[in-house]
Amino acid sequence: MLEVDKITTRYGAITALHEASLEVRAGELVALVGPNGAGKTTLLNTVAGLLRPATGSVRFEGTDITGAEPARLVRAGLALVPEHRRIFKDLTVEENLRLGGSTASKHDRKHRLEEAADLFPVLRLKWSTSAGYLSGGEAQQLAVARALMSNPRLLLLDEPTLGLAPTMVDVVFELLQRLREQGRTMLVVEQNATRVLHLADRGYLLRTGLVIATGTGAELAADTSLFDSFIGTTTHGATDIGAATHGGDS
Amino acid sequence: MTKLIQTIVDGLGVGSTYALLALGISLIFGVMHLVNFAHGELITVGAYVSYFFFLHGGSWWWMPIVIIASAMLASVATELVAFRWVRNSSPFTLLLTSFALERLSHAFWQIFVSPKQRPFPKPAWVFNQFKVAGVSFEVMDLVTIAVTAITLALTAVVFKRTLFGVSVRGAAEDFDAARLMGVRANRVISGAFAFAGFLAGVAACLILMRTPAAEPSMGSDWLLKAVIAAVIGGLGSFSGAVVGGLVLGLLETLTRAYLPEVAVGWDKFSTAVVFVLIAVFFVIRPDGIFKVSHAERV
Repeated sequence: MLEVDKITTRYGAITALHEASLEVRAGELVALVGPNGAGKTTLLNTVAGLLRPATGSVRFEGTDITGAEPARLVRAGLALVPEHRRIFKDLTVEENLRLGGSTASKHDRKHRLEEAADLFPVLRLKWSTSAGYLSGGEAQQLAVARALMSNPRLLLLDEPTLGLAPTMVDVVFELLQRLREQGRTMLVVEQNATRVLHLADRGYLLRTGLVIATGTGAELAADTSLFDSFIGTTTHGATDIGAATHGGDS
Repeated sequence: MTKLIQTIVDGLGVGSTYALLALGISLIFGVMHLVNFAHGELITVGAYVSYFFFLHGGSWWWMPIVIIASAMLASVATELVAFRWVRNSSPFTLLLTSFALERLSHAFWQIFVSPKQRPFPKPAWVFNQFKVAGVSFEVMDLVTIAVTAITLALTAVVFKRTLFGVSVRGAAEDFDAARLMGVRANRVISGAFAFAGFLAGVAACLILMRTPAAEPSMGSDWLLKAVIAAVIGGLGSFSGAVVGGLVLGLLETLTRAYLPEVAVGWDKFSTAVVFVLIAVFFVIRPDGIFKVSHAERV
């Protein structure tokens, strides 16, 4: 479904991503893990069209989408839940969702608003509240709900549990599980490496802009040597499986 | 008491014109981080278009439509030919671009029409007076306030209810996030310019009914006041722009009416007094009445 082929992305003189390649097949949940500054967010932002790669190509469902505008990608069926959520704080919950469904027809948008209210009861309660008043967990659910409004075939999630309280981390993981059961294809960047790898079909380990390991989620999670050297030291995820690590803003 | 009421009505009349202009400036600032110093030129465009139409038998019955349409077109055109090309440049480049447009506009009317003022007829009823409970008002004061109220209500509906309005507000808060929702950058920015042009067009109608004449640099005075109003309200805040405009209008008329008449011509200091008050206000509250903390750049 998504083929990222040797993309290099730079910020001025700094190369954040160095010939990184990965693939996501239909129906899969793929985890992208690695220490801070590894280029995970850069990779997602490049795929979603916010950044333009210097070299390499991105293909989505067989079409070359390298450097395409985000507006086109959303219409093509790809949505990103960005790092730090970036919900519109001045807009109400409903307005956030409407904007998320801005590419849909009026009829579809109305239908999906009802779906979102069913899927996220917390949001229904705060329907007309400014999103700036939501708690971290509610805001994250809104960010996911907003991305789902475009009914994407591929959902990219960047650090969905960042800064959340442990109980809310559980809620987000349950949500990922639920979306996966619905057959939603997802590419997830997550600091809780072990936990997301256990959920994932496959994973990629990224470090200093390079993909250094790939395998099934279970394989990567089980490979303690990789974790000790690259992840365990930064998130403690390997030694404390299932525990919620939070805070740690990158 | 009679004088006070008349002064307040006058102030609201002037202030509501400022508010319409300031709202356009705040709108453009929201989506582009540009303080558009060419915004006042939309009034000038409306004035010259009216002048030409009146030369060929124009009438105030349909002139407002022509003025508003021309201001909208001119606004969208400035974005297309100028601002679009520097959209990702520094705020300073954007600012200079808007200054250049303002100067170009002055030169254009001077060269191709005349540096002199070109008057045209005003609507017959403008300065008619009527009395309510012993206080006399001008018809134009009420027209100004009513038209502004309707325009602002319409604006509120557009920005609250329509997808376009929600997109503009979203883009003003976080442009990249709005793009991720599928909002097309060009479309939302063009739309914002069109709407700012509409507001400037309504303001131009109100201004031209009272002072029906075209002059190359007529937009600049209004622009300065509108920018001040937008900044008082907190740049980027829509409700702030409206409040800022009304406050500025009231301040101006109240100081003009009530400054002590120590000597002849003393009232000329009213502008200076207003600016001093504004300076003091910014010392106390540098971010304006409504602080806007986000406004990401495109």
